[in-house]
Order: sequence, then structure tokens, then C-alpha cells
Amino acid sequence: MNPQDASALVECRNLSFGYGERRILDNVSFTIPRGKVTALMGASGGGKTTTLRLIGGQVRPQGGQLLFDGTDVGALDREGLFAVRRRMGMLFQFGALFTDMSVFDNVAFPLREHTDLPEPLVRDIVLMKLQAVGLRGARDLMPSEISGGMNRRVALARAIALDPDLVMYDEPFSGLDPISLGTAARLIRQLNDTLGITSLVVSHEIPETFHMADQVIVIANGRIAAQGTPDDVRASTDPLVVQFVNALSDGPVQFHYPGPGVAEDFGGGLR
Amino acid sequence: MRWWHPADVGQATRSLMDQWGYGARLLTRMVLLFGPTMRRFGLVRDQIHFLGNYSLAIITVSGLFVGFVLGLQGYYTLQRYGSSEALGLLVALSLVRELGPVITALLYAGRAGASLTAEIGLMKTGEQMAAMEMMAVDPISRVLAPRFWAGVIVMPLLAAVFSAVGVLGGYVVGVLLIGVDAGAFWSQMQGGVDVFKDVGNGVVKSFVFGVAVTFVALLQGYEAQPTPEGVSSATTRTVVISSLSVLGLDFILTVMMFSI
Repeated sequence: MNPQDASALVECRNLSFGYGERRILDNVSFTIPRGKVTALMGASGGGKTTTLRLIGGQVRPQGGQLLFDGTDVGALDREGLFAVRRRMGMLFQFGALFTDMSVFDNVAFPLREHTDLPEPLVRDIVLMKLQAVGLRGARDLMPSEISGGMNRRVALARAIALDPDLVMYDEPFSGLDPISLGTAARLIRQLNDTLGITSLVVSHEIPETFHMADQVIVIANGRIAAQGTPDDVRASTDPLVVQFVNALSDGPVQFHYPGPGVAEDFGGGLR
Repeated sequence: MRWWHPADVGQATRSLMDQWGYGARLLTRMVLLFGPTMRRFGLVRDQIHFLGNYSLAIITVSGLFVGFVLGLQGYYTLQRYGSSEALGLLVALSLVRELGPVITALLYAGRAGASLTAEIGLMKTGEQMAAMEMMAVDPISRVLAPRFWAGVIVMPLLAAVFSAVGVLGGYVVGVLLIGVDAGAFWSQMQGGVDVFKDVGNGVVKSFVFGVAVTFVALLQGYEAQPTPEGVSSATTRTVVISSLSVLGLDFILTVMMFSI
């Protein structure tokens, strides 16, 4: 086994994964450098969320290795996996807040589960995290009483409650209005720099993501189509990357789902 | 599906064994988590409140009406043989040995079991279970086990409330409306109901029903497809499977208790 790159917090080596016959990732290798914001981009169904699930150990690689700070995540037992996950924070696409708990209790949840801190200290930490996402005043509200953007920010406060080394964001901008979207993008960058964490963002929002990220990885058809700084990716001549970056409806990723030919289908012969 | 084909029968059997094995492992884990769950009794207390207190209305109203009907039907039968003063005994034995545990379990399956399945299923749909896993918190220990033990604790208590209210219903109809002697009603009951053989058996039954119904509800919720249709069909399965389990287990337990 090659020694791990010390500057990388996460290293994927020849990673392969699929569901049944369908290959999602095929021999993919990349690293996520410490202290940087890395964006994972690509068309829907391209394997971005699966990559997050692999890093978090929710699914195991079918080939290759996934190292988190030198530990092979795919080879860990349940206890080992839980120990690694305590060093990760994850922001789910729609927040995944506990709907029966207030905003305060949601953020306090990981602290109460994993530490024996006295309640006054838990309160101070929760308020600090909520202050960081601008929602200290909303601590007593229930998740049903806050907007989608606020929901995502509470989930972010919860994800950083235990001061993780890595925070993974699964499409943090989807469904947000422009103000909330800009706020979320600024927050991710700001928290990354102030807390000294490493961020991995799965996103489709090209302008915000390119503006915020240090490194961009574009995954398409189970392989890496482009990797580098946002400028490197913009300059890529790979047809898939060109289609993705310029939001073209047709290209290597086809607009029409595969089916019988138009002449054949409209002739009345097939159903 | 070609049911007669050996390969298909084999696959269906393996799939069934897989489901049963998974269910047995989940039940064993929740039973083994008794100690850790009780150490965080606050979680169990909240669920006792949710499953028990919120079921009290349906349990007491049903118990009262069942008691009314038992009073009427019991009197109708007993007066033919000139033993209407044994009405209190008949009402109490019917409720404590049989109707209390069984009807309470059926009502609990519809009221609390369905709600448990929907709650767990919707937590799955909203990725709350996955979020918990990613926070290195075991959902079985944090979410399922407290609900399971709360259900097991709550069921005998609800059955006791049902039986007590049912006896009062029988008293209202038998003594206050029909005119059966109050002293005979209570003394026959006092003399004829055995604490261990009758009340004890009823408690054992409701404890077993508590395990069965709560486990089925939690399993269905935890295994539900994370879609609206998935949660809906899981809720339906909870009511059907747990109701049939209660009736089947009741027969088995009654047979065992008769032989003691």
C-alpha cells in the first residue's frame, strides 16, 4: 500500500461502486486536501452523493480503497466506523433535522450523545454554533417553523457541533432563494477558514460553487472528467465538462432518454 | 411469478427466512438493550407518555362500552339459570382473562402501533435515521429500543385500565339499571377471581401482546420504503400483522394457561 499523502484528509484510490449491474464509480482516484473547500460536481445520477456515502461508510466500496486520515473506511467494523464518523459532519440535502426537537435540541443532540458536558456548557456551545450560522435567536423554534434556508443553516450548526475535521455538504444550495443561496455559500467558505476544517461540497450551482471552492472535481459516467482549480475546470475541453459548465441541454449527456426511433414510435406499431 | 417452479419457491423461502432472521436479530438487540435503555429513562418516559397517555381516551371509552355490553349479555344468559347475582364474576373474569388484554392490544395496534410505524417510516423518509447514523448514533439504541420498552410497559397498564373501566360499565348496567344486587355483584367477583390464575394470566398475556405489537410496528417502520406509498403500506401491514398476531398468540397462550 502506498503511504497516504499527508496533505490529503481523504484519499480515494481506484474506487469502484455500483448498484446491481449499474456501475456508478469506475476506478476513480482523487484526494481531498486538508483545510480546503473541494466541490464535487457532475450530472444527476453521476455518483456524487454515492461518493459522500462511501466516505461516510454508509456503503462500502466494491473495489479500491477509501482512506480517511489514513484509515481505510471500507474495512472498518461498526465501532471503528462510528469513531471515524465522530470526526465528520454531514449536511443532508434537506437538512434532516429531527422534527420532534427544537432548533436548540437539534444542535445539542450530538453533544449530548457523545460527551458528558454539563448542560450550561452544552448551552454555550450550541449558542456559539447557532451564532456562527446567524440563528441564535431562532433557538426555541421548531423545524416546522423555519424556512428551508434556515433549516439548512441549523443542520450546518449541528454538523459542526463536535468540531469535525471534515464537513460534507450534499447539495446545500438546492431549492434556496438567491439570498439564502449566497448566505449558504459564504457560510461554507467562512466556516472552513475560521474553524480550519476541510469541506466537501456536492453541488450543481456553478457560479457559487466555482466562486467558493479551492478545488473542483467533475464526475461523469463513473469517471473523473475534470479536476483542478475552478479556472482549470472552466478551461477543460472535455465535451462532458463543456456541456456541464455551459449548461447545454444536449451533448454527451443526452436530452432524450434512450428509446425507439421517432419514425418507428409515431407509426403506431409500438405501444 | 411461477409458484410451482422449484427455483422460485426456493427464492421465496430464502427471502422469507431472510426477513425472519432480520426480525429476530432486531428483536434480540432491542431486548439486550434493556439495561442501556433504562439508564436513559427519560427517553422511555417520553414514549410512555406518548403511547400510553394518548391511548387512554380510546381505551377507557372502549372499556366502558364493552363493560356495558357484557353486563347486558351476561345478565341475559345468567338469569335463565337463576344465577344473575354471579354477573360481577362473569364480567370480571371475561375482562381480566380475555377481553381486557386482547381488545386493548387490538386498539393499541390501531392507535399507537400505526403511529409508531408512521413516525419511524417518516423519520427514514426525512433522512433523520441516516443523519443519526452519520452522527455515530445508533438509531436502534436511540430511537427503537426506548419505544419498544415503553410499549411493553404500557400495554399491561392499559389493559388494567380497560378491565377496571369495563367492570364499572358492567356495574352500571347490571346493578344500577337492571337491579342486580350490588353486594352479590362485588362479593362474587371478590370470591371468584384468583389473583395469580386470572389476573396474573391476563397480565402475562398483555405483556406478550405488548412485545408483539410494538415489535411489529417498529420493524415495519424501520423497514419501510422511504416513500409516501412505502410508509402507507407499512402502516397498513402493522395493523394487519399485529392484530392477527395478537389473536393467534391469544389462542396459544390460553391453551398453555388452561394446561397449568
